[in-house]
Amino acid sequence: MPGKLKAKIVAGRHLPVMDRASDLTDAFVEVKFGNTTFKTDVCPKSLNPQWNSEWFKFEVDDEDLQDEPLQITVLDHDTYSANDAIGKVYIDIDPLLYSEAASVISGWFPIYDTIHGIRGEINVIVKVELFNDLNRFRQSSCGVKFFCTTCIPQCYRATLVHGFVEELVVNEDPEYQWIDRIRTPRASNEARQRLISLMSGELQRKIGLKVLEMGGNAVVGYLQCFDLEGESGLVVRAIGTACTLDKLSSGSAPNTNTHMHPNTAPASNACNSPSKDGKEPVFVEDLPSSSGPPTPFRALPTSSSPPPFSPSKPCSRQSSSSDTDLSLTPKTEEPHSVRCRPGIFLCPSSPILSTDTLSLPGSGSVGCGRGSNPRATTSAPLSSIQSDSALLRKSVSFTEDLLLAASGMGSGGSAGKEAGPLRTLLRQQTQTALEQRGASSSGLLLNAREFPFFTLTSFPPGFLLHVGGVVSARSVKLLDRIHNPDEPETRDAWWEEIRQEIKSHARALGCHAVVGYSESTSICEEVCILSASGTAAILNPRYMREGCLDIGCTDHRFEEPSPPNCGFCHIPYDELNMPFPAQLTYCYHCRRQKVPDVLFTTIDLPSEAAVAGKGCLIQARLCRLKKKAQGEANATAISNLLPFMEYELHTQLMNKLKLRSMNALFGLHIQISVGENMLLGLASATGVYLTALPAPGGIQIAGKTPGDLSSEHISSIQKRINDTIAVNKELYQINPPELAEEGVGSPIPEPRHRSRLFRSHSESSDELSELDLSHGKKDAFVLEIDDTDAVEDIHSLLIDAPPPTGFYSCNTENMPGISNWTSGVQMFTSVRVLRLSNANLTNQGLNKIFTDLCENLLKSFYFKLRSMIPCCLCHLNFTVAVPEEELIQVTVTAVAMTYDKEQTQEKTAEKPVNKGSLEAEEQLQFPLELCADSSSSNIQTASKISDTVSLFTPAAKLCQNQLLIVRSAGVGESTNISPRAASVDYGSFADRCSTWLELLRLKAHTIRRGSVKTSRRTQSLAHSVSSLERCSPLQEGRSRSLRSSRSFGGSSVTVVKMTPLSFLSGTRIIKYLGIINMFFIRETTSLREEGGVSGFLHSFIAEVFAMVRAHVAALGGNAVVSYSMKECVFMENPNKNQAQCLINVSGDAVICISETDQESSASTANTGQTGGGGTDGAT
Amino acid sequence: MSVELDVFVGNTTIMDEEVYQLWLDGHTVNDAVKVRMEGGVMDECEASKDVLLSDTMDQYRTFQMCERLLHSPAKLANQLLFQIPPHRQIMLIERCSRDALIQLTHLFQRSHNSLFLYLFVKPPPLCYVSSHGNLFFVSLSLFRYYAFDDTFVREVLGKKLSKGTKKDLDDISAKTNVTLKSCRRQFDNFKRVFKVVEELKGPLVENIRQHFLLSDKLARDYAAIVFFANNRFETGKRKLQYLSFQDFAFCAGQLISNWTVGAVDNMVEDMDVDLDKEFLQELKELKILITDKDLLDQHKSLVCTALRGKTKVFIEMENNFKNLSRGLINIAAKLTNTKDVRDFFIDLVEKFIEPCRSDRWTAADMKLYLTHYTNSAHILDTFKHQVVWDRYMGVVKSCIFKMYHD
Repeated sequence: MPGKLKAKIVAGRHLPVMDRASDLTDAFVEVKFGNTTFKTDVCPKSLNPQWNSEWFKFEVDDEDLQDEPLQITVLDHDTYSANDAIGKVYIDIDPLLYSEAASVISGWFPIYDTIHGIRGEINVIVKVELFNDLNRFRQSSCGVKFFCTTCIPQCYRATLVHGFVEELVVNEDPEYQWIDRIRTPRASNEARQRLISLMSGELQRKIGLKVLEMGGNAVVGYLQCFDLEGESGLVVRAIGTACTLDKLSSGSAPNTNTHMHPNTAPASNACNSPSKDGKEPVFVEDLPSSSGPPTPFRALPTSSSPPPFSPSKPCSRQSSSSDTDLSLTPKTEEPHSVRCRPGIFLCPSSPILSTDTLSLPGSGSVGCGRGSNPRATTSAPLSSIQSDSALLRKSVSFTEDLLLAASGMGSGGSAGKEAGPLRTLLRQQTQTALEQRGASSSGLLLNAREFPFFTLTSFPPGFLLHVGGVVSARSVKLLDRIHNPDEPETRDAWWEEIRQEIKSHARALGCHAVVGYSESTSICEEVCILSASGTAAILNPRYMREGCLDIGCTDHRFEEPSPPNCGFCHIPYDELNMPFPAQLTYCYHCRRQKVPDVLFTTIDLPSEAAVAGKGCLIQARLCRLKKKAQGEANATAISNLLPFMEYELHTQLMNKLKLRSMNALFGLHIQISVGENMLLGLASATGVYLTALPAPGGIQIAGKTPGDLSSEHISSIQKRINDTIAVNKELYQINPPELAEEGVGSPIPEPRHRSRLFRSHSESSDELSELDLSHGKKDAFVLEIDDTDAVEDIHSLLIDAPPPTGFYSCNTENMPGISNWTSGVQMFTSVRVLRLSNANLTNQGLNKIFTDLCENLLKSFYFKLRSMIPCCLCHLNFTVAVPEEELIQVTVTAVAMTYDKEQTQEKTAEKPVNKGSLEAEEQLQFPLELCADSSSSNIQTASKISDTVSLFTPAAKLCQNQLLIVRSAGVGESTNISPRAASVDYGSFADRCSTWLELLRLKAHTIRRGSVKTSRRTQSLAHSVSSLERCSPLQEGRSRSLRSSRSFGGSSVTVVKMTPLSFLSGTRIIKYLGIINMFFIRETTSLREEGGVSGFLHSFIAEVFAMVRAHVAALGGNAVVSYSMKECVFMENPNKNQAQCLINVSGDAVICISETDQESSASTANTGQTGGGGTDGAT
Repeated sequence: MSVELDVFVGNTTIMDEEVYQLWLDGHTVNDAVKVRMEGGVMDECEASKDVLLSDTMDQYRTFQMCERLLHSPAKLANQLLFQIPPHRQIMLIERCSRDALIQLTHLFQRSHNSLFLYLFVKPPPLCYVSSHGNLFFVSLSLFRYYAFDDTFVREVLGKKLSKGTKKDLDDISAKTNVTLKSCRRQFDNFKRVFKVVEELKGPLVENIRQHFLLSDKLARDYAAIVFFANNRFETGKRKLQYLSFQDFAFCAGQLISNWTVGAVDNMVEDMDVDLDKEFLQELKELKILITDKDLLDQHKSLVCTALRGKTKVFIEMENNFKNLSRGLINIAAKLTNTKDVRDFFIDLVEKFIEPCRSDRWTAADMKLYLTHYTNSAHILDTFKHQVVWDRYMGVVKSCIFKMYHD
């Protein structure tokens, strides 16, 4: 079904000089979509050309609309030789394809060249006319909305959450094609940018199709990644959560007190609308606008399709079969399941063994292998197959996976226990699905059922019943060329494996869902580590469909209404049959149910959770040297190292958590990066003290053998640790409500127990690792100083400097303990690369270097942002990489947000006043919404704005030091500038000016509103704005000398805020305009001239920001939320004076408005739209 | 091991005023770090030297990236590369001293004839400009960028803004104690402004002000520099050494507003940069005042009558009248020669100021004498060139007042 795409090229500005002789440029523009190309006329001898082209119309399939970007190339006309390209603009038209988002893309876009960077700007207008497509068999999925945000977007409510969607597409990387040898770097870069743009479009379309098939209309928590596999190709993959979202009417007042969950009202009924295709939602959330008490679950007639995922017997682990399973499992099997299991993978192209990995009996990496073989026997077939296949295999990869599990002490060993019931379930499910839907289409739906995963990290209250803990899986693979891009089976199968693993881990924890789920890769040469992690959880059965209800029936715990602020801490697994050794106590809140002593999760802190004090960023950092190796040997080496790294990271996290006197981690993200000669591990999380959990015990130090180290030394260390704990308690204001030890529940464990707990993880792993054998057996003490390493460890423990006064930090969406944000927001990206010069580094030395690198980065941030104090660094996202041997790269993206130190708002009289003016200022930031149709304003507003615009300072009394400026939009002071000065330069100015004027008007309005009560002496300055007309050549010619100054005043570059969070403090998002997903390559052959590597990257990142802002502004937005830099691959060759960098960024373009001035904006918006002939006079 | 790469890029550009000034002054990163350490910024946020170094390098890079834009301020207003959103200003406003703000606002308001929001914050020393994001940032940073050292400009004043002069900058740098980097920036600024206004019609000061978004004062100074460079006035002679740049800038202002083509007709090309040729021709007519014996005597007696008893140096004035009058009129008559235009200031000093100074005239004496000297000519019946005389003497009088000091 065709759609019509229309594009108009208006003007250019600040173009580079392409003709040295005249110092000018003869520019023209090529507009290309698909295979159709249009050209504008040449605009001779101008650096600010006015093309004002006709509308170029492309009639295309909506499939193409989704896949292809609009390509705009600006060229310099050359009569005698080939035309020189100045640069390009790629415009993703996806936001125009759904009705609620943007209706037009219009604005100035930076013209980007992969060699020269930004070279001027071009003004473009793009529109799409789309016809409804009702074709069942269509390949397009226009209309499905995508959100990077990992919670339900602010101005929507989720009526249905369908579940997990994933897809990946592969292709050959143009950089590695033969043609790359003969073409220019520019051509190669552009081919890559174009290809990736195409692939992302295709990927999004395919995911959209899946969503439609499931009956959803949106993807939330959309996470798209690139795997640059080098020679073997390019993989673009994405995961997300399919939902059915309803737009909240703008009139309905959303929950203003929480940024995170606008839809906090409890669900009242599960409304299920089974579509005829049998698309079943996984769970249902209904949000009534009135937050009444939840009505009892209403069973709905449904089709006979099976439950969305196999929840029917999660409790079966209590059953004898499971027990038997356990007892049957020989002790020796335990390490096997934890350690890297050499999974076997056969390349699908292998003619003989083109079997699905999953079906390999006993393939260790899959928790629920087929058949009912007891775990113990799996090793036999495994090895036999391995040897069998050794003859045929084209490639063999080794799968390693390890579960870092719940409550910090889960072990992978538990994975196997659930195999029995799960297996059955899976098969059942598959079979029913197959019967029902036929083999052909089963794949799609199966996926959603098969993996009850949710990429969301925050949920409405009551949604999350219990949290089990973190589940993660890793797998080491050897990359091989992708032979058939249309059938990316290999990569699909790899991920399938990992997901199965995760699912089985979750099951082991007694959970039926995984939330906060994410996937990532790390690639070095031909080795690739695939990782996935999430948090095992039980979701509220009320939201579940009928079939799922037996969870509640069989398990008494679900019958009890769990208190909202501690319920999620209660263990989901059975305490008699714990998947791992853990110390349980009765909940410190309700005293009714058991809680673990620590809780690790990948999600955000639920908003209803009861917390003591503030949270803080906790990082574990680790380096491990590795021998250089090739192929399988390398993969094996890495596989062998991984468990140790996970263990170490975990221990570090645990120690640091205790050191801060906290008992839970949220937003845990563990990254393991592989390099040629080392592995880097970085775990980041936000520590918090949950009052429902027992207070953490201290850390105790002990010498292994007296005489090794003087006892004084030990006691001094002990003292330092104790002091640090005390200081931290103070710092993070951790004063948990003193609960009298009433004897309810079990008392806080004694130190002896406590320390045992602390070490318990090692116990599960010490059988396999000699590493910690020494103190693993010892119960009594936490840390044992048995050699210098241990001393080092303790020192490194203490090395983490607390943030300076006025700063807090976290890596989650919301900072535990701080909620009164003010409007100061500073998003930043920082990259640091360290060269290790010393060839003979030890692990300890490396660890120190790596830790210092991270710590110094944080210190730099604190210093840079000192003007924002009091502030909090939120969503600190560290990414580590080993781009080359001896190089360590750390990339950080975060946002600094200011907050009000006074917890109570009405401290002084002037506080609210200041706040008012603050928000008034804030108003400035949604200008474009007002000129919704800026294309028309382009022409019309010029005549509209002949009225006077004025602006006032709020009373000087209120803001003593505040001066507000009134500027007549630079349109010449008509009073003192002679008539010639009143003329206007190029037409675009009128456009800008109109926006600017709207702004002023808006601002005037707001301020007036704000100052009615408060202001007495209002200085008002009004400047009349002379009527602007579209440029006439006559005037232009005459006003040459003044033209430039004319354009100064009209400067109204929209301020676009960016944040990695899903909200902007002090504002409310009123519209989501679409997803921003941009990929850029920048290359230079004159590295020194561009200021070296730092200069090169600095300007590139600044350019990327500028381009993101420009695209958002063109969509009519004023902010980007959930912004993230997915990829920042930097390569240099200083000897050749060359460098190259790839950056991939994504986020949601939105319009947001100040929270307090909603109505006013609505009214001003109206006047703005109608052109407001009236004059905004002074108050 | 070494830090190979280290960048920090904010969505909002952070500029530190102090570092900006250090950069403008041409300090190296290491020097700047030293200065900052001494300034005590380290205590502010428990920073270490490494942190300071990293921050300083980062700021320097930012400024270098800005520099391209600062060169052509036309691009600054709607540039997309840097963003300073308004919310930050409020934050900063709340902390700055009121006096500083008012002062600044006056300074800029007058100059821009329009309003910007100026924020001046201290401490921490950050500076942002705008009524709307960019403008504030633009103006203040521009203002700083185009600021110059008087000692430096004094050295290059009247010299051709060419490559040749640029080569001598290291000597000038050594002489004036301004870093070579800073000298280069200032020199390039002069050149850039010169190049732009050369091609523009309209009033010189206004053009500079608008095109480079400079304050009124700064625009006037630039106009003076451009004017001197264009006419190649000699300022380097030893006898002129006692004059400051501000003295010359004042004189340039006088010449621009009275003797150029633009003073008569403000729509002519190069109006303010070149002297009015017709006027210079007409100046020859003034010779009659010294060639006609009667007129000279009459003039002398009129002046002497008016001065008698009003000054201590009356005798010297009377004796020197003819010499001084010849000096001034000869200067006027010769101005048709480009060479003599160049020597205008040296001639004024040699022919008029030095004789007076050796007779120990006070500034008041000078004022008195010149006022009567000018006015008396109007009373002379046979002297017909009153308009030219006024136009000439008006400028000469104010120039000499300005230049008559030690």
